Amino acid sequence: MLAAGEEGIVDSPGMGEFKVHRVRFFNYVPSGIRCVAYNDQSNRLAVSRTDGTVEIYNLSANYFQEKFFSGHESRATEALCWAKGQRLFSAGLNGEIIEYDLQALNIKYAMDAFGGPIWSMAASPSGSQLLVGCEDGSVKLFQVTPEKIQFERNFDRQKSRILSLSWHPSGTHVAAGSIDYISVFDVKSENWLMDSFGDETDFNLLGSAIHKMLVDRQYMGVSKRKCIIWGVAFLSDGTVISVDSAGKVQFWDSATGTLVKNHLIANADVQSIAVSDQEDSFVVGTAEGTVFHFQLVSVTSNSSEKQWVRTKPFQHHTHDVRAVAHSPTALISGGTDTHLVIRPLMEKVEVKNYDAALRKITFPHRRLVSCAKKRQLLLFQFAHHLELWRLGSTVATGKNGDTLPLSKDADHLLHLKAKVSKMPAFLRSALQILFSEDSTKLFVASNQGSLHVIRLLEGSFKHLHTFQPQSGERLLLTGHGREFSLTDVPFFPNETSVVGGTVESMCLLAVSPDGNWLAASGTSAGVHVYSVKHLKLHCTVPAYNFPVTALAIAPNTNNLVIAHSDQQVFEYSIPDKQYTEWSRTIQKQGFHHLWLQRDTPITHISFHPKRPMHILLHDAYMFCIIDKSLPLPNDKTLLYNPLPPTNESDVIRRRTAHAFKISKIYKPLLFMELLDERTLVAVERPLDDIIAQLPPPIKKKKFGT
Amino acid sequence: MAALEEEFTLTAVPLGSGPDGPLGVEPSDKTDQFLVTDSGRTVILYKVSDQKPLGSWSVKQGQIITCPAVCNFQTGEFIVVHDNKVLRIWNNEDVNLDKVFKATLSAEVYRIHSIQGTEPLVLFKEGAVRSLEALLEEPQQKIETVISDEEVIKWTKFFMVFRHPVLIFITEKHGNYFAYVQKFNSRILSKYTLVLGQEENSVIQSFSTSVDRKFISLMSLSSDGCVYETLIPIHPSDPEKNQRVVRSLLLKSAVSGNARSGVGLMVLDQDHLAVLGPPLPTSKECLSIWNIKFQTLQTSKELPQGTSGQLWYYGENLFMLHGKFLTVIPYKCEVSSLAGALGKLKHSQDPGTHAIPHFVNWEASQESGLGSQNSEQSKRIKESEKHIEVELRKFLAIKRTPDFHTIIGDTVIGLLERCKTEPSFYPRNSLMQLIQTHVLSYSLCPGLMEIALEKTDVQMLQLCLQQFPDIPESVTCACLKIFLGIGDDSLQETDINMESVSDYANTVQGEKMEEQAEILQNGFNLEEDNCENCAQQLSAKPQAAVEEAALCPVIPKRAALLNAILHSAYSETFLLPHLKGIPAQHITLFLQYLYFLYLKCSENVTMTLPGIHPPTLNQIMDWICLLLDANFTVVVMIPEAKRLLLSLYKFVKSQISICSELNKIEVGFRELQKLNQEKNNRELYSIEVLELF
Repeated sequence: MLAAGEEGIVDSPGMGEFKVHRVRFFNYVPSGIRCVAYNDQSNRLAVSRTDGTVEIYNLSANYFQEKFFSGHESRATEALCWAKGQRLFSAGLNGEIIEYDLQALNIKYAMDAFGGPIWSMAASPSGSQLLVGCEDGSVKLFQVTPEKIQFERNFDRQKSRILSLSWHPSGTHVAAGSIDYISVFDVKSENWLMDSFGDETDFNLLGSAIHKMLVDRQYMGVSKRKCIIWGVAFLSDGTVISVDSAGKVQFWDSATGTLVKNHLIANADVQSIAVSDQEDSFVVGTAEGTVFHFQLVSVTSNSSEKQWVRTKPFQHHTHDVRAVAHSPTALISGGTDTHLVIRPLMEKVEVKNYDAALRKITFPHRRLVSCAKKRQLLLFQFAHHLELWRLGSTVATGKNGDTLPLSKDADHLLHLKAKVSKMPAFLRSALQILFSEDSTKLFVASNQGSLHVIRLLEGSFKHLHTFQPQSGERLLLTGHGREFSLTDVPFFPNETSVVGGTVESMCLLAVSPDGNWLAASGTSAGVHVYSVKHLKLHCTVPAYNFPVTALAIAPNTNNLVIAHSDQQVFEYSIPDKQYTEWSRTIQKQGFHHLWLQRDTPITHISFHPKRPMHILLHDAYMFCIIDKSLPLPNDKTLLYNPLPPTNESDVIRRRTAHAFKISKIYKPLLFMELLDERTLVAVERPLDDIIAQLPPPIKKKKFGT
Repeated sequence: MAALEEEFTLTAVPLGSGPDGPLGVEPSDKTDQFLVTDSGRTVILYKVSDQKPLGSWSVKQGQIITCPAVCNFQTGEFIVVHDNKVLRIWNNEDVNLDKVFKATLSAEVYRIHSIQGTEPLVLFKEGAVRSLEALLEEPQQKIETVISDEEVIKWTKFFMVFRHPVLIFITEKHGNYFAYVQKFNSRILSKYTLVLGQEENSVIQSFSTSVDRKFISLMSLSSDGCVYETLIPIHPSDPEKNQRVVRSLLLKSAVSGNARSGVGLMVLDQDHLAVLGPPLPTSKECLSIWNIKFQTLQTSKELPQGTSGQLWYYGENLFMLHGKFLTVIPYKCEVSSLAGALGKLKHSQDPGTHAIPHFVNWEASQESGLGSQNSEQSKRIKESEKHIEVELRKFLAIKRTPDFHTIIGDTVIGLLERCKTEPSFYPRNSLMQLIQTHVLSYSLCPGLMEIALEKTDVQMLQLCLQQFPDIPESVTCACLKIFLGIGDDSLQETDINMESVSDYANTVQGEKMEEQAEILQNGFNLEEDNCENCAQQLSAKPQAAVEEAALCPVIPKRAALLNAILHSAYSETFLLPHLKGIPAQHITLFLQYLYFLYLKCSENVTMTLPGIHPPTLNQIMDWICLLLDANFTVVVMIPEAKRLLLSLYKFVKSQISICSELNKIEVGFRELQKLNQEKNNRELYSIEVLELF
C-alpha cells in the first residue's frame, strides 16, 4: 500500500512521479549457444543452446525469436540442421536424433541412432538424407521420409568419434572430421561396400574412404596431444576446409588428399566454420571469441586467379564461438557467452539502413516474469524452476532520482523445481497458461492450436470448454501503404497456419480484466478473440506480415493492443471489431523513425488503472508510456528527451509534448509493470551479472607478452 | 600524346611513277579530298576517308607534268603545269585535260602555291614570283631572273603570317644554301645565307618550316642524320643586306647518317616532328614522331617496303610513299601532357641486339666536343624537369579518377626509365610530389628506391620508407646502411622530415665522441672476457652511464632517418641475413641509438617517446633483438659494445621482474573486482523515485 505522504504529490503536466521497485535479483543466465543453423528458404535461423533449448529466429521479421522449444537436461544438442526444406533436426549426446514440429512447437519424435553420443549431423544438399557422426566412429546415413527418418546404412567405422561432417554440394562425397584426421567418403560406393562386407571392412583396402588426410598436431611448434577437427566444409571444387583445435584453418585437395594451404589464425581452438552458398566467403569462430571472415579474392585486379584471404576479424564475443552460420548477407555467430551476434556484410547489404547494423541478441524475446499486482509478488521463470519473491516497501518519499530507504526488503518466498507429476493431457502439452483477473478461470494454450478454458474451484478444477482452431479459410491482411483492406483469401497450403494437418499453436494469450474476452495469437496467423461468456470465436484480427510480440486487453474499453516485431503497435476495439481511431491515426502518420529502429521487440504491454489513455509497454532497453491524448511525434520531433524540461513555460511544454514518454533508465529490462497508479516494478538483468556467472574466458596475458 | 594510327593505302594500283615517287599531294577545296600528282602524266583526286579516287585526269602522250596540281581555293579550279611552261586550269566536271584552259608562259615554272585565303602564286625556276591573276592577264609577260646562275631552287613553302602571304624558297649553289623570303605586303625579298657550321660538308636532304610571330623556324635534315634548326626573322632589320643565319642542332641522330635516300622531315606542330628514314644504318625505313621539346621519340612506324623520302602533312593525315603505294597514316597529337612528355623508348625489333638509345646522348655529345652546347643541354634537362613538375602539379590538382594510382605508377615508371637512360636526369621534386600522393607502393615502382639509393638521396629514401608499405627487407637494409654510413656534413645539408624526432635527440656530439674514443682505448687493455670486470667498470662509472643516457649518439637528422627504418614493416626471417652485412661500428652506433631510445622510453610511465610519430617501444625492442641476433658474435668482440650489452641485459632483467610483478598485481586486482561485484550484488533491490516528463 502507498504511504500517506503519497497523496500530496501534485499532478504535473507530465506523467507524474512513480516509485519504482528496481529489481535486480532475477538471477537469469541464458545458456550458451551450441549450434546455429541457417535456413535460406525461409530466412530463419535455428539456434540450440547447451541446455537443449532450440530457438527459431525469423531474420525477415526484425530478427524476432518467434519459436521456442524448451530443453531438457538429458538432451544436450551437439548438432542442428535443416533438411527437406524447412524440417528441423537436432542430435545430441544422448544418441538421439530429434525432429521438431515447428507448428505444434513440440518434439515430433526422437530416434536413437545406436552409435553412442552423436557429435555431428549434416543434411545432404538435396535435403533428403541425413548423416550423423557418432562417438563410436560410425557415420550413419538416414533417409528423410515425409513423416519420419529411416536408417539406411552405416559408412565404414573410423577409429574415433566423428566431430564434423560436410557434404560435397553434388551429394556424392562426404568429408568427416575426426581426431587427428579427416576422411573423405564416396557416398555411392559405400552402398555397395556395406552390402558386401558389412561393418568390419578395411576402407584402405576397399577404397571406400577415398582419402584420409592426417592433420598436423603441431601447435605453435609444440606437439599437442591431439588435434580435434572441429569443423569441415566441402566445396564444390573438391576443396575441403578444416578447422581444428590447434588453431589452424586448412585447405585440402580432396582428390589427392594433400594439404593445399594452412592458415594459423588462433592460439586456441578454431571451433566452427560456415561457408556461404556462393562459396566465395566463409566464416570461422575461435575459442578466443574472435570470428574471422575469409573471402575468395582475385590475386591481382583483373586476374581470374583467386585465392582465399583472411579479410576481417571480428571480436564480438568474450568466450568460445561454438557455432557460426553464413547467411547471404550476414555472418552469424554464437557461443559460450550466450550472445547471438548477427554481423551484416556491408558489401552485401544493398540498402544502408538500420538493418545493416550489428545485432547482438542476448535475452529471449518473451516474458519470463509475471507479477501479482495487489500482493506485490514477482514470479520468475527459469529453465527448470520457478522463483517467487515478495517486493519490499518504504515509507519515505523523495524527488526524481532518489533512492529511498527500505522499511522492508524483498523476500524470496518460494523455489519451485519442475517435477513431472500426474497431469491432465491438455496441460501436458500446454505452451502458455493464463489466469483470469479474478482467478476463477485458467486458460491453457496447448499445441495443435486448441485453447482450453478451465474453471478453478476450491481444490479442484473443471474443464469448461475447448476452442478449436479455425481451418480452411482465414483472413489475410493486405497492406497498401497505410490503407488496409480485408480480403478473404483461400487457404494457402505452404503458408504457415496449417501444415500437414496441424494448426499453428498459440503462444501468446491475453484476457480482458472483466474476464469476458480472450485473445490468442500464434506467430504468423492473426490474433483470435474469443468470447469467454458465449464460449465462441468472436472475431479475428487480420493477420499482419510480422509476428506478434505482445498482446494485452485494456480495462473498460476492451481495446486489444498488439505489438509486432517490426515495432508497429495496433489498437483494436474488440466490441467494435475494428481498429480504433487512434490506431488508424498513428498508422496513417507512421511511427517515429527512431521508434521503428529499436532492435528489441516489445515483450509486455499493460495499462494504467486510472488513466485509460495511457498504455505502458517496454522492450529490453526502454519503457514507454503512450498517452493517446497527446499529439503524435513526427520525424522532426525529438522522440526521447532524457533531460527534464527546464524553466520553460507550460505553453511550450505542452506544445513540445508528444504521446511517447520514454525512459531508458532501466536496462536491460526484462519486465516492467504498473503495480498501482503510482508504483512501478522494473526487473533488470545487468549484463555484468550474467558475465560473472559464465566460466572465465581464455586468459590473455596483459603484461610481459 | 602523339600517336600514329593504322595506315591505309590510297591507290589500289601502283602509281606509274619512277623511284622519285609522286610529284605532290595537295589539298583541294573540300576537306578530305586531295590532289595527287603522279610524276608521269596523271592527276588524281582522292577522297581519303573513302580511300577511293573521285576523278582522274591525264595529259596527252608525250607531254609530262612538271609541277604538282593545286587547287585554287578561291575558284575551286585545279591548276597544273606540264612541260614546264604550259599552264592548264580545269574543274571537276572537265574530262579531258586537252580541252581545258591553256596558257603558255614565257618562263619555266618551279611550283604553283595555293593556300586557303589567298590567290595562287607561281614560282618560276629563276626565282621570280607572280600571282596567278597577274600572270593570266598577260601569260607571255617577261619574267625576271632573281637567283644567280647555277643556283637551283631546292625547296619552297608558302604560308600566311598574320594574314599576309609569305613565300620562302631555299636554293643551293655549290653546296651553299640560301634562303629567300618574299613578303607580299611589302614586296620585299630578303636573302639569307645558311651557315652550316661544323657540318660544312653535309648535304641537306629535307626541309620543313614552322612559323611564329617573329621567326620562320626552318628545320633541315642533314645527311649526318641530325635535324638542325635555323631561325629566319620574318621582319628583317635590314632587308636589303644579305644576312647570314646560323643553324643549331635540334635533334641528333634522328635518322641514320648513312641514309642517302628516303629521308624526309615534316614539322607537325611546334613540338613535334615527323622524320622519315632508317633510324639505324641496318634497319628498315621508319616514320618516327619526335618531341623536340623533350628530345623524345613519341612513336614510330616501320615502313619495310621503303619510301621515297617525301612526306606531306595535311589536317590529320601524313602522306608518304610506301613501296609503290601512296600511304596515309592518320596522326593525332593531343595536348602535351606529362605522360606524353615522358616519351616512349623505341624497343629494338631484334631482342638480341642491344638497342642503341634513340635519345640524344648528352654525355656523348659532351665528349664529342660540343662544349658550347653543354650548358644548353643541362639547361634543357633542367627545363624538362621543371616542365614535368609543372605538368605534374596541374595533374595532381585535378580530381582523382578511379585509376589514379595506376596513372601515378605509370608516370613514375616513365620518369625512372628516363632517369636510367639519361643519368643526369633526376626529377627529384616531381618524384617527391608523386610519392606524397600516398598511392605509390614499392611494387608499383621498384626502380624508384634503387635510384634514390644510387644517388644517396636520403630525403627521398626517408619519404619512401614512410610511405611504402611493401619495401623488401634487402632495400630496408640498404637504406639503413646508407643512413648509418652517410657523413654528418652531408646530412646537415639535406632537408629531412624531423617529425619523429623531438628534442631528446639534441646532443652535444663532440663530447660524446671523445668519451667513446677513451672507452675504446680502455677496452683493448681490459680483460674482455671477464664480465664481472665489465660490470665493475660499469658500476665504477655511474657518471658515464648517466651521460650516455642523456646524450643521443647520433645527430637529430640521422635520428629521423633511423626512426623511418624503425617504423618500416619487415619480416624477421628476411631481414636477418641482410643485417649481417652492416659494418660492426655501424651496428654499434645503431645499437647505441636504440639503447638511448629505450632509456628515453623508460623515463616516463606510458613507455612512449615524445614527438608526433615516435618509434614505439616494441619497434625499438624488436630492432635491438634483431641486431643482436644477426651480429651477436661480432658485437661481443667489440669492447665498446660490451658495456652496452651489459646495460641492455640489466634493463631486460629488470623489465622481466616488473612484468612478473604486474602479473601478480593483476591477480590481486581481480580479487578486488570480485569483491566490488559482490558489493554491487548487495544492491539487488531498491526503491527509487522516477519522474516522467
